[in-house]
Amino acid sequence: MTRRTALTFWLFVGPFAAGLLLFTYAPIGWSAYLSFFDARNTVTPTEFVGLGNYVDMLTDRAFLDSLGTFSLFALFVIPTTVVLALVLALMVDRVRVAKAFFRSVFFLPFACSYVVASLVWKMSLFSGVDTGVANTVFGWFGGDPQAWVGTVDPPLYWVVLVTARLWLQLGFYMILFIAALQRIPAHLYEAAWTDGAAPGWQTFRHVTLPGVRGALVAVLVLNLINAYQAFDEFYNILGDSRGYPPFARPPLVYLYYTSLGSGGQDLGRGSAGAVILALVIALVTLLSGKVFRRSS
Amino acid sequence: MGVERSRRSFLVVAGLLGLAACGSNTGREGSAAGTLRHWYHAYGEDGVQEAVRRYAAAYPDADVEVQWNPGDYDSKIVTALQNSAVPDVFEAQIKVDWVRNKQVVPLDDLLGDAKDDFVATLLESQTVDGKLYGIPQAIDTQVLFYRPSLLAAAGVTPPTTVDGLLDAAKRLNTGGVRGLFAGNDGGVGVLTAPLLWSAGLDFLSEDGTAPGFDDPRAATVFAKFRELHTGGGLLLGAPTDWADPGAFVDGKAAMQWTGLWNLPKITEAHGDDVGVLPFPALDGDGAESVPVGAYSAMVNARGADTDAAKAYVKWLWVEKTDYQTEFATAFGAHLPARASLAEKAASLRDGPGKDIVGFVADGGRIASPARWSATANTALSDAVSRIAREGADPVGELRAAVDVARAEIARLGR
Repeated sequence: MTRRTALTFWLFVGPFAAGLLLFTYAPIGWSAYLSFFDARNTVTPTEFVGLGNYVDMLTDRAFLDSLGTFSLFALFVIPTTVVLALVLALMVDRVRVAKAFFRSVFFLPFACSYVVASLVWKMSLFSGVDTGVANTVFGWFGGDPQAWVGTVDPPLYWVVLVTARLWLQLGFYMILFIAALQRIPAHLYEAAWTDGAAPGWQTFRHVTLPGVRGALVAVLVLNLINAYQAFDEFYNILGDSRGYPPFARPPLVYLYYTSLGSGGQDLGRGSAGAVILALVIALVTLLSGKVFRRSS
Repeated sequence: MGVERSRRSFLVVAGLLGLAACGSNTGREGSAAGTLRHWYHAYGEDGVQEAVRRYAAAYPDADVEVQWNPGDYDSKIVTALQNSAVPDVFEAQIKVDWVRNKQVVPLDDLLGDAKDDFVATLLESQTVDGKLYGIPQAIDTQVLFYRPSLLAAAGVTPPTTVDGLLDAAKRLNTGGVRGLFAGNDGGVGVLTAPLLWSAGLDFLSEDGTAPGFDDPRAATVFAKFRELHTGGGLLLGAPTDWADPGAFVDGKAAMQWTGLWNLPKITEAHGDDVGVLPFPALDGDGAESVPVGAYSAMVNARGADTDAAKAYVKWLWVEKTDYQTEFATAFGAHLPARASLAEKAASLRDGPGKDIVGFVADGGRIASPARWSATANTALSDAVSRIAREGADPVGELRAAVDVARAEIARLGR
């Protein structure tokens, strides 16, 4: 590499590399450092506590509960999202008129802010008063008005949280699937039919599904990470600055209150929790990748 | 989106470090040397911001710059105090951690003769290890608002016991109008303390060295709270929360637990058809109560000139009694933090306002003691939430919360 190209290289890459180093890797490193200290209300702690924060977090019932809850949440929401997004993509891909219109309509919610959607869901669609949209519809069928967000037994708040998440995210995953569907060459279908494959399930199973496999893996992994990183709609629907109920509490929401809440900022335990969460996500992602590879 | 969303964990991690950056970048540029920076949270009532800016402009001995902070003000203060010289003066309720970390300065010498004029429990609530760290600005309290006409129609007398409250909530529930509204979490946030007090208990023991709810009566009173939740009279899922008078004003609930600050809006909506009550007692061994809290003026120990900041606090919150009266009573309804000023406030001379003054005098309790940490509070409110909303076993849940509280008290005592 000549001097000149080296200069050009650093000119283009330098700012990105510096930004990445300064705003991504340095904070991660610092957070890992903090996780070994008693860092209450300070980012320059002095009292080394070894693995104390990790022990605290791993014996903290609230944190373990939230990890457990969100593993279950992932088990439910990932298949639902994948199946619905794929069905939507197949439908939009097949439709003959106004294709762009339908694609846009389903994709649009993705452009909506999570916070705005959460507030609409909480205060309008699923408001607990009789005039809320869900209660009005419920009333047509003779149902009693429900306090959707406030009802714990049965846990109706999941209806609110999951529908909000699906509405916000489905469109994005649908686009990924549509892109994959359009890359499947038409001659594959023709060949399959020539070989006697019946249109419908058989074609879908042996041509379409293998064709979108790459997108499927991407959607699964993104979904998995997203499920453990749930924050926005949960915080805005169930929480406020005063606190968050002990149910449906995502790990990140719990860590947020621990490390940045108003009562006392315990950055040591918060960082330890963040490291544990990152490890869990990495582990589950690796495992799911392995399972998926083996099954194909 | 995948990229953006998958950065979220990085952002949280980055946020931890970002605090360091926040500290040194809080707008020191642009104001003259010696300018005092004074932070308030965003008061909801019209006119408060203009008033405090007017007070600041009138201070003769230094330039004072007021910053109004909408959003999660309490977290912002905690972050700012970690390593920032800004603000010089701010309003908050004292936390033991701040004293331990030497983030605030003692203000005992500011009161002088006025000391006896301040409500003693308020001064006590801002005192740690015998030193005063905040000058109370105004008293906020919460009471049970009710509509006498609705109670009369249902044949219910204003409740004076917890059982009476449960019964009233159930009988006032007509479907369209629910019996009681205490927040969309069913009152877990705001009723936990009054429930403890109603049983003669508290967050902390009297000397502050042990949890105050390590007692079988705690399980009893929270089991009652569970009854309230299963009774069907509770309004949940209202568009506004407990701190807003919306549900009560719009006639969605016959009773609402909310702040004194809503008194003007409530009387405007319902005229004379408004009654107020303290939180009732469980039985003869408990007591009626109202929670009392006061944002107090404090001085940042890292400020450029803490003496100048103290002089300003003394001028505004000790000497300028006309400003203090206006601040407390002219916008929403609050109580002045000083006995001599309470007498002057017209809105508190009759009707519900007068009753509330009496509740505070007779049963005012500190809502957030300095030694009651956030961790302990989360443990207790998680326990209460599980008991009341999910039907968990009160004894086991409370035992777990007692353990956490005990560990926290030990940590703060170190």
